[in-house]
Order: sequence, then C-alpha cells, then structure tokens
Amino acid sequence: MANRLFTSLMAAGALALGLAAGAAQAADPIRIGSFLSVTGPASFLGEPEKKVLELYVDRINKAGGVDGRPIRLTVYDDGGDAAKAAGFAKRLIDSDKVDVIVGGTTTAATMAAVPLVERAEVPFISLAGAVVIVEPVKPWVFKTPHTDRMAAEKVMADMTKRGLSRLALLSEDSGFGKSGRAETLKVAKDMGITVVADETYGAKDTDVTPQLTKIRSNKEAQAVLVFGLGQGPAMVTKNYRQLAIELPIYQSHGVASMEFIRLAGGAAENVRLPAAGLVVADQLPDSDPQKRVVAEFSKLYIDHIGGEPSTFAGHAYDGLMLAVEAIRRAGGTDRARVRDEIEKTKGYIGTGGVVNMSPTDHMGLGLDAFHMVEIKQGTWKLVD
Amino acid sequence: MFAEFLQYLLSGITIGAIYALAGLGFSIIYNASHVINFAQGEFIMIGGMSAATLTAAGVPLPLAMLFGLAAAMLGGVLIAKFTIERARNASVVTLIIITIGASIFLRGLAEVVWGKEFHRLAAFSGDDPIAVMGAAVLPQSLWVLGVALVLIAATGFFFNRTLAGKAMLATSHNRLAAQLVGINVRGVVLVAFALSAALGAVGGAVVAPITFSYTEMGIMLGLKGFTAAVLGGLGNGAGAVVGGLLVGIAEALGAGYISSAYKDAIAFVIILLVLMFLPNGLFGKRGTERV
Repeated sequence: MANRLFTSLMAAGALALGLAAGAAQAADPIRIGSFLSVTGPASFLGEPEKKVLELYVDRINKAGGVDGRPIRLTVYDDGGDAAKAAGFAKRLIDSDKVDVIVGGTTTAATMAAVPLVERAEVPFISLAGAVVIVEPVKPWVFKTPHTDRMAAEKVMADMTKRGLSRLALLSEDSGFGKSGRAETLKVAKDMGITVVADETYGAKDTDVTPQLTKIRSNKEAQAVLVFGLGQGPAMVTKNYRQLAIELPIYQSHGVASMEFIRLAGGAAENVRLPAAGLVVADQLPDSDPQKRVVAEFSKLYIDHIGGEPSTFAGHAYDGLMLAVEAIRRAGGTDRARVRDEIEKTKGYIGTGGVVNMSPTDHMGLGLDAFHMVEIKQGTWKLVD
Repeated sequence: MFAEFLQYLLSGITIGAIYALAGLGFSIIYNASHVINFAQGEFIMIGGMSAATLTAAGVPLPLAMLFGLAAAMLGGVLIAKFTIERARNASVVTLIIITIGASIFLRGLAEVVWGKEFHRLAAFSGDDPIAVMGAAVLPQSLWVLGVALVLIAATGFFFNRTLAGKAMLATSHNRLAAQLVGINVRGVVLVAFALSAALGAVGGAVVAPITFSYTEMGIMLGLKGFTAAVLGGLGNGAGAVVGGLLVGIAEALGAGYISSAYKDAIAFVIILLVLMFLPNGLFGKRGTERV
C-alpha cells in the first residue's frame, strides 16, 4: 500500500517537473551577460558582485522570471585584465548573443569593452567607478556606482559646513587614486577650496610618515583628504595617528568596508568619509527612501552569501535591477527599446541611491546618494 | 625644521632596519653558495603571515613567532635540498633563476593557505607614539630596531666565534680547501638557508604590525634587501646592515624633500649607481681575481 502510494507520488512529481520544464522552455530566456574580475587584484570587488548577480537571478527565476521569461546569466572572469575583458565582451555579444551586459568591475575593463558594445549596440551597465565611463555620454553605456568626483564634492561640502577651506591632498598612485586626485583638483576650484599640499603614496608603501610629516609642517592645511583603495589608506591612517596630526582626516568612498576598520584598528576613529547608504543601513531614518531597500539587501546578502555586504556588491544588484526593470517596461528584449528604457529610469531606489537617468546623465545619482559617515568605536556612524 | 628632519631620519632608520635584516639574509646565502636567493622576501612573508594569522587564532605571540620561524626554516632547507643541491652543477645564474621560481611557488602556496587578504598583527607594546624632540616614534619601531640589533649581533657572534660559523666562512672563501680539511660543505648550504630563513621570519613577525602582512609583502622587502646587500658589498654582513640603513634613510629623505612619487625609485637608482661605479659595494672585497 505504502509502496503504491510512493509510486503514484513519484509519478505525480515527475509530471509536475516535466510541466515546469515545458513551461520554462516555452518562454525564450532573457540573456544577461557579465564579465567581472572574480579573481586577480580586484577580486574583493568582483567576487561579491558575481555572487550577488547569481543570487538575484536565481530569486527572480524562482519567482517566475520577468514577464514569464526566465533569465539566463552568463558570467566570465576577466581576472582584472582589461584585454581579457574586451575578449569576453566580444564573446558575450557574438556567440552568447546577450540582450544586455551588466558587468565590468574595474574602470579599465569597462573602458576596454565600451567600443565593442557601442558598435554592436548592446545596452551595457558598468559597475566601475571613474567618471570617464559616462562622461562624455555614450549612447549604450550606463553605470551604477558613484563617481570619484561626487566623493570629492561631498568631502568639500562637508569641509565648507565645518568652516574649513584649505585642504591637503594625499592620493594613491593607483588608477583610482590618480583619477580621484585629478577630480579633487578640478572640483576644488568650483567649491572654493584651496589645495595647499598635493602628495602621493604607493599602493603598497609600508611607511607614509615622510609625506605626512610634510603635511603636518604645512601650517596652512586645515584638513587632509586621502584618496585610495584597499590597504594603503589604512597604512596612511595609522601613520597619521602616529604623527599625532590634529587636523580632521577624510577618506574616499574607496575604504567604505569593514576591512578598512579592521586593518587600521583604533587609528580609524574619527575618520570621515562619503559612503553609500548601505554601510549605515540600520541608522538611516525611516523617512529615507533607501532605508527599506538597503535593509532588505543587507539581510538577503548576510543570509545567503554571508559576510558584510559591501557597497560593491550593491552596485551589482543595482545594475541587474535597472536592466530587469527596463526590460519589463520595454515589454521584451529589443535592444534599442531596452536602452531607451534604461535611459528613462526615474526614481529607481537602489543600494547606491535614488537613480534618475536622462539622455545627458547615464549614472543618475545626485550628491544626496552619498552619506557622510564617521568611524566611531570601530563602526560607521551617520553624520548627515 | 629640525623636527621634520628627525622624523624623516627615524622613519628611514626603522624601515632601513628591516632592509638590513633582509640584506643580511642575502649575504649569508651568498657566502655559502654564491647564489643570490630571491626567495629571501618570502621568508619574511612566512614569518609575518604566521605571526598574524596564528595570533588571530588565539595562539600566544611568542609561540606564533616560533612556528613561523620553524616554517620558514623548513621552507629554506627544502629549497636548498630539492633545488639548489639537485642543480649544484648548474651555473650560478641558473641557481638564481631557480630561487626566483621558488619565491613564486612560496607565494602561491601562501595564497592557498592564508588567502589574499591583509592581516593585522597588534603592536607588541601598544600604539601610543613616543615623542622624541618633536618627532614621533612608534614603540614597534623600537622593537624592530632592537630585534634587528640583537639578530645582527648574534649573526656576527656565530660567524666569528663558533666553529660552525667559521666553517661556513671558510667554505665561502675556498670551497675545495674547506672540503679538504673536513668541512661538510653541502651541510653548510643547508645551514645557510635555514639561518637566513630564520632571520627573515623573525624580521617578518616584528615588522608585521607596521606593514600589515599579506602574501606579497616579501616582494618589495626582498628587492630592497637585495639593494642593501649590493650596496654594502655582497657577502659582507656588516656591509648589508649599513647598506640597509642607507637605503631606508635615502628613501625617507627623498620622499620628504624631493617627491614622494619617486620613493621606490630611489632604491633602484642607488643599485644602478652602485653597479656602475662601485661594483663591489661600499665594503666588498676589491675584485682582484687571480688566474
């Protein structure tokens, strides 16, 4: 008896599975392609990005896909190599025939793929930071992360609020630091801030005290801005406390991860930096439109992927959602219509901020997307 | 003005002491085998990574350092045993290239064991800087200087006062004659690798609180140590120490007074100048080779 029941249950199960498979086959999948730096020097960015894309594509598919069509995700690992990134972009366009690309962990990888997507006319949402990606505007290229220019503006706005006007700049000799330095110098002029010192340090330097000593003996400086990524800024912060420099210190959004606090230890106290709402998710006021989105993303990330949800992981989520929403609004995967719909994105609330795209703005984030946070007792404290 | 100079000088001496330890390791192995061991930086890395990861796992610091020391020495002996000894009939250049291969292997292995993240080791005696006439020094810098001094003195004692050390020196001067008087010259190479690995590992553990530790920390430290050894005269222990301090101070002063952008270039300009004008280094034996 029990045996027969089991058999019939099996048969019913098989039938249900077959039906489900048939339904999935009937709807043509939406092909989303991605090339990310899952390994290599930028793996701390690329790896969470990949996991987030996979997690959310899986969730969307389980919930029935987009308008009944499942998403098929193809991810390639460029290893942080721009030449490889271009190769994979070509493969995504030519042989995988993707409808939209969400990827490009680094600015270099993104820029290598830009000419290809422009020629093939495939909508491309980049996850990299530099302002050159969307300036000048390229018809088929969009991006989700905040730019280095916004970070510089946010820092200088905060300085102005505190009545400080003379800035000492210490930037890293990496791509991120160099671009940040150039933008800072440019923005300073418009914001009425004078840059009184302009020093650099190596990304792998083990001692930055000479540069900081120079800044300390510069009597004009009223605040210090460090523009770097990874462990370099932590080294700078440690040396900064060692030399007992009294000036307020700002870092860029490049250090907005717990990793920075862990490495710099007690020295990180009172460091201010512009960061996306994600790092202070639980401190955002309930009136903040981002509150619900970032809290939900944080929870899902911690439950399914584990670890601290970084802002970089958030950029991948935003990229995917922008693409999915646009496909939904376009009623299909016609590339030109999807492109138009991405450009028409208005009021999309993501982990990076509220996105309002336009034909002249392919990022769509305002300065309010950044929050000024200060490190207090080893954690982020929202300042404004 | 003076405080500024003093700060540069102190920074230079601290970082120079690390280069000196690395340089000393180069010299010991060079003496025993005429090989320039480019895996020296990786010994530093093993010491630093072991200390940082084991203390994070709750092992007391001295024990963690001891473990790092043992791991690095084992690595050194294995390199000597399975690469240098096997290929002992190859030319010196080939052996040097083998050590580069060994260094890449060790880095890869470390990445598998410890991963790519940066690890933080708490300073041995706090983070409160000590003020010295307007300049600030971290207690850890004093640890680095103190440990470097002790190790340098111990190495000097070993080579000048003990039989094993003298045997090593004898081997470096004349391998055949040393063999004839009954010195186990093959054992000497093994001891040299173990000894320089030990120097590197202790150095790595002491500097880890200042530099953070990660699997690639050895690359730059190794290269700067090599510069120190060449500047002081390859194979000259005291020379390597002076060379290390000079390179460190030159870097700090250069970054302070010229431009921080050229900081790393300074060491390599020094090495080019030395090779062009002083190929035997500051204290090296004058090259009067007899035929």
